[in-house]
Amino acid sequence: MTLLIQYMLIFASVLLLVALGGCFSEHSGVINIGLEGIMVFGALGGALVMKYLPENASAATVIFLSIMAAMLVGMLYSLLLAVAAINLKADQTLVGTAMNLLGTAAATVFVKAMNTAENPDNVSSTIQYISAKKAFIVDIGGFEFNWFMLLALILLVISWVLLYKTKFGLRLQACGEHPQAADSVGINVYSMRYAGVLISGLLGGVGGLVYITAGVSEWKFENGVAGFGFLALAVMIFGQWKPIRIAMAALLFGLFRSLSNVYTGFDFLARLNIPSSVYNMLPYIISLVVLALTSSKSHAPKAEGIPYDKGSR
Amino acid sequence: MAAKKRTPILRIPAVQTLLASLVCILLGLVVGYIALLLINPAGAWEAITDIVKNFWTYSNSRAQMKYLGNTLVKAAPLLMCSLSVLFAYKVGLFNIGAAGQYVAGAGAGLYCALALGLPWWVCMIAAALAGALLGCLSGMLKAYRNVNEVISGIMLNWIALYTINSLLNVVKDTASPYTVVLSKTNPSAVIPSMGLGALFTNNKYVTIAIPLAIIIAVAIWVLLEKTKLGYELKATGLNRNAARYCGMREKYNTILTMGIAGALAGLGAAMFFLSGFEEWSVTQSSVPAMGFNGIAAAFLGGLNPIGAIFSSFFIQHITNGGAYVDMKMYSSQISDFISSVIIYLCGFVLFFKYCLNRWLNHRDEAALRKEGDK
Repeated sequence: MTLLIQYMLIFASVLLLVALGGCFSEHSGVINIGLEGIMVFGALGGALVMKYLPENASAATVIFLSIMAAMLVGMLYSLLLAVAAINLKADQTLVGTAMNLLGTAAATVFVKAMNTAENPDNVSSTIQYISAKKAFIVDIGGFEFNWFMLLALILLVISWVLLYKTKFGLRLQACGEHPQAADSVGINVYSMRYAGVLISGLLGGVGGLVYITAGVSEWKFENGVAGFGFLALAVMIFGQWKPIRIAMAALLFGLFRSLSNVYTGFDFLARLNIPSSVYNMLPYIISLVVLALTSSKSHAPKAEGIPYDKGSR
Repeated sequence: MAAKKRTPILRIPAVQTLLASLVCILLGLVVGYIALLLINPAGAWEAITDIVKNFWTYSNSRAQMKYLGNTLVKAAPLLMCSLSVLFAYKVGLFNIGAAGQYVAGAGAGLYCALALGLPWWVCMIAAALAGALLGCLSGMLKAYRNVNEVISGIMLNWIALYTINSLLNVVKDTASPYTVVLSKTNPSAVIPSMGLGALFTNNKYVTIAIPLAIIIAVAIWVLLEKTKLGYELKATGLNRNAARYCGMREKYNTILTMGIAGALAGLGAAMFFLSGFEEWSVTQSSVPAMGFNGIAAAFLGGLNPIGAIFSSFFIQHITNGGAYVDMKMYSSQISDFISSVIIYLCGFVLFFKYCLNRWLNHRDEAALRKEGDK
């Protein structure tokens, strides 16, 4: 049971972080389908720090530096979306899709090149971080508390305050609802949208780092992040673009995702003898059902996906 | 009276599209080359030429034809996937679910061939139906429940993958994770070659699937450009409210479009797996890239079915070419990298055309002013 809660919380943290990222981007008016690619890059940044930090680095250093790296790399990668969607008015779905493909391909090429440079026989796309990963975990009586759970909670509170209680957040939302109106009162729509996309890059990057450290201590970058970016988008839609609801949704999805890791530990589930592929499918099926039930009255930001053009009315 | 003025060649939309695609390809290759230089400058030029050359790296013309055949065998399903994506896009739907529809088609086709022992054409129909079913599901969710087709498509991709993996588990080879070999288990399910293979140095995987894919591309062009149905579908894509106001059944059109798109992707999978070129691995944990590459091919082809024929061949050409790079220095994923950069750049095609037209306008204005000065 503790194992289930542990997995549920860590997967929920991933989904929460990435969905909050999507939430900021969409509130500013840019659809971010490329979260999956951003996650891969954030994960890569964090994994590189964990791999190259000396063995004797303190836990706090490992945690701080890997999170910083993941945030920074995620933000840099999200610039690809920002430039394309905001300045060049490209099709946001297409650019996001390209970013997802590019994320996995570029990370694979990079890691393979790095591995072969170290050892010519090593052509894998795997990075190991066994010792560094221990820094994130505190064992509390069998329950492996992960600092990322706390981080997700803190970032949730910050996001909520930022979106609803600050001038910045309200302006950001105005740009996603009615950019022309926002512009008319002197808000710079372009820079607000940049801020939204960059925050989504920051949160998505950390989300990627959390994902690759959840339960495993090496990551094969050829696999990307297995559709987690999209699950996070489903969480965001189910959460109606509101941070607190997103957190609830993330917990629910985290529960279903963790079942596939731990179902063999439950007697009654193991006795049902359901093939493991059903558990693997479960989060995706649930999200489809949930979306079908909740999307008909959607509270999506009204101007999302539409490039802002100063000249148009 | 002056003779009717001809449109300058650069102003013809088709020329602009072609030009934009070529710029995308060129820039994609340049970025790929820079990446290779960064990894290892010593073999970068050789690697990028290997990728672009693909089968021409063989000096012997018989070997060249044989490996050209291999590229074509994979280009046919890619063309089908890109048709699936572009058909939906013309109706305002982004069919990222082509990958899952492709998986469904592969599963249905192989199951009918290996477990039920049906002939090839029945298997192909089954594959198309399976893809269509998945597509219709996305379409219905969009039409009746307002679920974004991109999200539902992605979810269905993963659901299809896990379902097909367990479905094909019954026809798995005992010693490997792959399904049993098609030509040994059920030769009647292999798509006939009708002598085409002989043209490609007896490449037995070259089948009538390749000309069939091209015929379907032309048929899709006719459907979109020359029929009432195509007109209605495109109108629905442009403005669904206006379409409804004109008495078009916009919900039905959405579902029909996704169904057709799904059938195309499913059929593409059958064209590939029923050639016997590869078996399905029931342990694969990621959705095959074919559907996603279809997005690249569709946009690179300027969202035109005829353009897609060439762009699909090109994308498959460089993907196969990736296998020829020196594995001691580089990885074959460099081709995936290049094609994803190309898709990214395809997002700027509109911007590119806008710049081109503005430049042309400036030039014309300058010319007019000069004439005025005289």
